[in-house]
Amino acid sequence: MTEPFTPVCPIPINEYPAVQMAHGGGGRLMRSLIEKMFLAAFRNPLLEARHDGAVFPSPGGRLATTTDAFVVRPLFFPGGNIGTLAVDGTVNDLAMCGARPVYLTAAFILEEGLPMETLWRVAVAMGEAARDAGVSIVTGDTKVVERGRGDGIYIATAGVGVVEHTGAIGPGAVRAGDAVILSGDIGRHGMAVLGARESLGFESAIESDCAALWPAVEALLRGGVEVHCLRDLTRGGLASAVAEIAADGRVAIRLAEAAIPAREDVRAACELLGLDPLYVANEGRFAAFVPAVCAPRAVELLRAVPVSAGAVAIGTVGAAPAGRVVLASAIGSERVLDLLSGEQLPRIC
Amino acid sequence: MKYLDEYRDAETARRYARLIARVVTRPWTIMEVCGGQTHSILRHGLDRLLPGGVTLVHGPGCPVCVTPVGLVDRAVELAGRPGVIFCSFGDMLRVPGTHGDLFSARAAGGDVRVVYAPLDAVTVAEANPGREVVFFAVGFETTAPANAVAVARAAEMGLRNFSLLVAQVLVPPAIEAILASPGNRVQGFLAPGHVCAVTGTAPYEALSARWTVPIVVTGFEPLDILQGAAMCLRQLEQGRAQVENPYARAVRREGNPHALALVSSVFEVVPRAWRGIGEIPGSGLGLRAEYRPFDAVAKFGLAGEAAIEDSACIAGRVLQGVAKPTECPAFGGRCTPDRPLGAPMVSAEGACAAYWHYRRAGAGAAA
Amino acid sequence: MCLAIPGKILSVEGEGYARFGQVDFAGVRKRVSLSVLPEAVAGDWVLVHAGMALTVVDAAEAESVFEYLREAEAEGRKPL
Repeated sequence: MTEPFTPVCPIPINEYPAVQMAHGGGGRLMRSLIEKMFLAAFRNPLLEARHDGAVFPSPGGRLATTTDAFVVRPLFFPGGNIGTLAVDGTVNDLAMCGARPVYLTAAFILEEGLPMETLWRVAVAMGEAARDAGVSIVTGDTKVVERGRGDGIYIATAGVGVVEHTGAIGPGAVRAGDAVILSGDIGRHGMAVLGARESLGFESAIESDCAALWPAVEALLRGGVEVHCLRDLTRGGLASAVAEIAADGRVAIRLAEAAIPAREDVRAACELLGLDPLYVANEGRFAAFVPAVCAPRAVELLRAVPVSAGAVAIGTVGAAPAGRVVLASAIGSERVLDLLSGEQLPRIC
Repeated sequence: MKYLDEYRDAETARRYARLIARVVTRPWTIMEVCGGQTHSILRHGLDRLLPGGVTLVHGPGCPVCVTPVGLVDRAVELAGRPGVIFCSFGDMLRVPGTHGDLFSARAAGGDVRVVYAPLDAVTVAEANPGREVVFFAVGFETTAPANAVAVARAAEMGLRNFSLLVAQVLVPPAIEAILASPGNRVQGFLAPGHVCAVTGTAPYEALSARWTVPIVVTGFEPLDILQGAAMCLRQLEQGRAQVENPYARAVRREGNPHALALVSSVFEVVPRAWRGIGEIPGSGLGLRAEYRPFDAVAKFGLAGEAAIEDSACIAGRVLQGVAKPTECPAFGGRCTPDRPLGAPMVSAEGACAAYWHYRRAGAGAAA
Repeated sequence: MCLAIPGKILSVEGEGYARFGQVDFAGVRKRVSLSVLPEAVAGDWVLVHAGMALTVVDAAEAESVFEYLREAEAEGRKPL
């Protein structure tokens, strides 16, 4: 995804080239920032009511809500930025509940000295990501912290979605005999971000897989697949997501290493830094747990949607030992996939 | 990936497993020295492919694991000083010192940065003339050339704000210490292939002759490790004790002479303390006198190295191959990757962490 | 220890301690020190550890792990 066309920053450089403390102060500067940046980029009637909160009619049935916070360094990386992450990440949490995302909120914590141009690029990207995902950013907040107290921008969001199915989707619904389906190749986001960091940087064509996942989930639900659980892969990668499901659902999960797709350049970047692709972050991938008999149809439905064109069955669920994930290698041996205590670190050893 | 994927072929690995099963007629104990080899063995379950009578012991080839507590303490102290940018390989960030690790130093406000290469730390020094940049120079002989060129380059550029905290160790003295220790059960060695790419095989020829043990220079991919094991076991079965080099695509008998010349122009052999083992003479590298301005210990006047290691931690015995991690009373209880008592539980290559992640009691059996 | 992976040199610049190569690892490119491989040139495959190329991969030896296996298996099949 190349950088979108950006209309000229509406707060001229000769006025305020960078964010100042006053832009979070509740006065004229803050109003001007909200008008010229956020209202201009997010454009929707609820937001333009310019009230403390957004009032909307209840859609009836069940609702889903979620909250998320976004801190990423660098702010801009191949394939995305903190703004696209904020929208897609929130939308995806709702999608994982089987809910169609409708509204988002966005609170910004800006660091004094952040170039106004940077904020504009992020706001524009969020507006576009929201429109692409079919959601509106309907209310928000702005605070400014002193220089040195924030990484440029932190974004916290909340999301509201409409549950359009009658089942229960979650770890508790996973059953022995279920198939595990992965929506596409792993490791792109984490390696795109690492590659953009100065100290560990490398050049490559790797771009973040940051994307909204609702179209893929919608395809499964509309296709009549009995979905037991969905989990998007974020920090901690595929291994962590599956380990959490095994623990929370009290099931055993067995994955086939040979079935898990990863691009060659992603694998090469991982080898270079000594990282395991199974634990590398993704932002546009999810795992689905469905009855084994539904698996072929689920894969077919997913492959027809661009964001899950690489869908593949990668494993099975068993009853015991509860909480354990085992990875079967091509060589015929097995290893246990655990949660890591923290983030994976590059190694020489 | 070329020169990588082909050495992970499953069918060839199974053929090697069958070959080894035919060759072995008696129990044997062999040691793979390098942490990277331990990682590969456990990740691919290669030890499960060996016949039951073959005991594979994981040696002290993890520079992270063997860096003494005192040096970690010095690192943490330096990282906490205002004006210092402390650069390190990622491996070292979670190694526990007496009062925390480099991660906690960062949390307390220290400028701690992970770098991929020692030369990257030189770049940081160049870009930050008003700050003191210190690089935590850990490693075996494989890493010595990279650490050496960083110093040489910094000297050439006339940088005054760059120094190394040296924690370089050498493999042959460690193997000698293992062979000399009274409880030693190791009968053959898989020598670390990338160390040998730098040093060549001569140091191991001397060891093999002196102690009458087979030493096979071994790479890191599954097929390399299986071939190394096959050749070592074959020697044992045939009563031979030689150095063999199946990793010839990377290792020449003379090693890399340019690398060796660079290393010996910057470093000299010194005694070194190994965490959990104690001091081994002639087992480390230190900066030569003419490079003292680049030695962080001298530059910052750091205090003595002696520090107290947790007595429950049997890292020394694990590193020497005398005990398995699972035989440690603290394993999995007081000592886990979240709360490590010693370095072998911290580094992913450390024998204890590797056991935790890949092989806890009762975890999967070979198919 | 000693994580070193193979890559192909695309180009070389500089000399002495400042001799560097652009090395390609299956589509990932990194600037690597060639200061201890003065004879390495573009087109060579090298093993890289911590930003340093340590040795040129000897292509003639690349098959030896398969050849050894074939010979050993053949030996095993000989009648006693």
